[in-house]
Amino acid sequence: MLLQRQLASLVLLLPLPALAAPIGEAGARLLLGRTGFGTPPAQVAALAPLEREAAVDRLLASRRSEPASTPPDWVNTPLLHPPRKELSESEKKALRDTETRRGLALRAWWLQEMATTPSPVTEKLTLFWHGHFVSGQNKVKSAQLMYRQNALLRREALGNFATLLHDIARDPAMLRYLDTAGSRKGQANENFAREVMELFTLGEGHYSEQDIREAARAFTGWQLDPASGEPVFRPRRHDDGQKTVLGRSGTLDGDAVLDTLLAQPATARFITRKLWLYLVSPTPDDATVNRLAASFARDYQIKPLVRALLLTPAFWHSSGQQVKSPVELTVGTVATFGISVPDWQALAQLNRRMGQDLFDPPNVRGWPGGDTWINSDSLLLRKQFLDSLTRPGSNKPRPQIAPDWLQQYPAATSWLPALPAANPLPGSASPLLALRQLLQDPAWQLQ
Amino acid sequence: MQRRQFLAALGAGLLTVQLPGLAYAIAPAGYQRLLVLVELKGGNDGLNTVIPYTSPDYTRLRPTLAIAREQVLQLDEQRGLHPSLAPLLPLWQAGQLAIVQGVGYPEPNLSHFRSIDIWDTASNSTQTLSSGWLTRLLQQYPAGDAFASDGLILGSHTLGPLAGGARAVVLRNAADFARQARLAQAAARQSGSSALAHVLKVEADIRRAASDIGKMPPAQQAMGSMQDPGRIPDAPGNFGRAVQTLLETLAGGSQVVVARLTLTGFDTHAGQTGTQQRLLGELAEGLAALQAGLAAQGRWDDTLVMSYAEFGRRPKENGNQGTDHGTANSHFVLGGRVAGGFYGQAPQLADVNDGNLPYAVDFRQLYVTVCETWWGKPSATVLGGRFKPLPLLRG
Repeated sequence: MLLQRQLASLVLLLPLPALAAPIGEAGARLLLGRTGFGTPPAQVAALAPLEREAAVDRLLASRRSEPASTPPDWVNTPLLHPPRKELSESEKKALRDTETRRGLALRAWWLQEMATTPSPVTEKLTLFWHGHFVSGQNKVKSAQLMYRQNALLRREALGNFATLLHDIARDPAMLRYLDTAGSRKGQANENFAREVMELFTLGEGHYSEQDIREAARAFTGWQLDPASGEPVFRPRRHDDGQKTVLGRSGTLDGDAVLDTLLAQPATARFITRKLWLYLVSPTPDDATVNRLAASFARDYQIKPLVRALLLTPAFWHSSGQQVKSPVELTVGTVATFGISVPDWQALAQLNRRMGQDLFDPPNVRGWPGGDTWINSDSLLLRKQFLDSLTRPGSNKPRPQIAPDWLQQYPAATSWLPALPAANPLPGSASPLLALRQLLQDPAWQLQ
Repeated sequence: MQRRQFLAALGAGLLTVQLPGLAYAIAPAGYQRLLVLVELKGGNDGLNTVIPYTSPDYTRLRPTLAIAREQVLQLDEQRGLHPSLAPLLPLWQAGQLAIVQGVGYPEPNLSHFRSIDIWDTASNSTQTLSSGWLTRLLQQYPAGDAFASDGLILGSHTLGPLAGGARAVVLRNAADFARQARLAQAAARQSGSSALAHVLKVEADIRRAASDIGKMPPAQQAMGSMQDPGRIPDAPGNFGRAVQTLLETLAGGSQVVVARLTLTGFDTHAGQTGTQQRLLGELAEGLAALQAGLAAQGRWDDTLVMSYAEFGRRPKENGNQGTDHGTANSHFVLGGRVAGGFYGQAPQLADVNDGNLPYAVDFRQLYVTVCETWWGKPSATVLGGRFKPLPLLRG
């Protein structure tokens, strides 16, 4: 028995020499695609000679807490209010049109930031938290507040989950999106209390309906200051009575409930599992998730958790197991081929049609991801986009891959698909036709 | 292999249809009849849809949200419809609209996502199934190669009851689909990951569907137009467009077993009145257009339309002129063969304070009615048990 155990640990030690080897171009592409957008050849060349730990650490060292490009100039101007009843119809329409215009500009700005930032991993994690702590402009009705939330998600993207949770609970866009702003003593609104347990921390099945009702009372009192759009606490609207949430009793306020949620082991497991799905593969390994979650729960630091996930053996054997999200497909293709994009707003609208409308996820659960990115409608839109990259448009300029790209990178025919291509290239194919066929291959939908 | 399974299933189907005295013996073989599912996503507030307008408890529980008695479209001495549903009145008067009240299930789950999974997979509250209830039915009784697709998904990107294996096509516009489908031409012998298998399945579904969908019927080919505008009335919003796409696809001669249309936005935690008014208007005008279009195609008698949602909403309104998540709900069933009227049980509001309503009709009773009475397919294995069909169809 003891001998068996020793043998088993010997077997575990055996792959160590593999860890000390350079990750190579294939490893660099896997790492870049999963932690960022696309696989630009220069970045592949820079990472390929490194060992796993060094490569992951180099990526994570690029972490930023602010965007690299300048956001639209209206983000810091006085808050524009949603249409009120006393306005005329034309004034309401003008306001709505302004918000629509700003929303599109915001989407375009973020896509461009993703494609050009020196720290794609920051944007990749910001996008993860946007799909986790969901708010949508459709209900928030303010591009300015959506930007402020985006800035918060970026600040803590690789920072601290507990800090992020406390801050998101009083984030102005969230106060509106999940109705906390209107919830008050005696008439608590359950929306935030339910979703913070089901979707933000514990996961479904780890709380009771009674916990939700009591927690909803604790979250009363937070409102938006109408002039600044800043959160304010109004003690007279707060229910300061006795409550019991997940076994903890007292005159709990919102922060006390959030700390109670953070103290539950289910929270770290839920987040770790979700990050595995996002970064690694559709098949989380329960034992590894539990081990990493136990460590995550100690201080809720996100960067060490991401690092540990990227250093699991499963990660390095996961090429081709993930469906690219629309943003990964579009921005990733743009970055890989060094395509110049004449109209980022058009690209944002294309992503919306493919099923990923930034700043407006489909509902509070965010994008379900994985295989659900691909259905008959979205697949045809994706393929049409890829097809257009090798066909110059007649009137409007549109994104194009340089016609001689494959001559510059002839080896790309073997590495462009994440898995062997379905339809082997005919030997006589011209570079342009070969590229077109590679982009149409089902394997290009994966990473 | 697939062909053998298909033939075996066909044989099993024939056998059961020959058994006398069963409800499903009267339905035609195969899937000659169409099912249209309408998802009211977010959880429509049934209490302000089918309104107990004489109940003092209704106005007690809904101090700001109650619809005034004189605005309610009164159907009998106690119950009436939300005023936005006026376009459905002709169907009610024709006896082709059934209203099923108190639809739910035991141990209700109040999560949007868990509860719609329960509805879509026809599971018990505590059971997790991976395939949709229609997928299981269609695997047991395949529709066959004559069908362009098992199902059309309109107004949503999720497959719902067709998830987990059925042939399903998410359709935005039939003509665009036909034009773009040439891009789906991968060889199906590739393998490597489950994600790749999924992409290949979607490509195969597209190829099969595209040989029918978006083709013009011969009569219209001569006229060179996708649709005959005189026959298909316009309805507002995304739901109206989904109805239009469905009508165009069917008019082109494509056969499908089921169409699922989604109208979203019913999660009315705050400011419910205006939102629900708009959505129910879109719903009613869309359904009226669907009825008119299918009647013009001669298909209304072979169509069953059924609404569903993850849950109803709390009888007592919250402090934001909205309603929180609830349980039992009212649903609509309509079609040329439907026996109109009220079914199930009206909400018993007398003792309700801030609690939720018990259910009277299990949602799987709607499904068993579809499987057995509408299509003549035994459903016990599909639905994981025996449920009592509702007498919603004329004999």
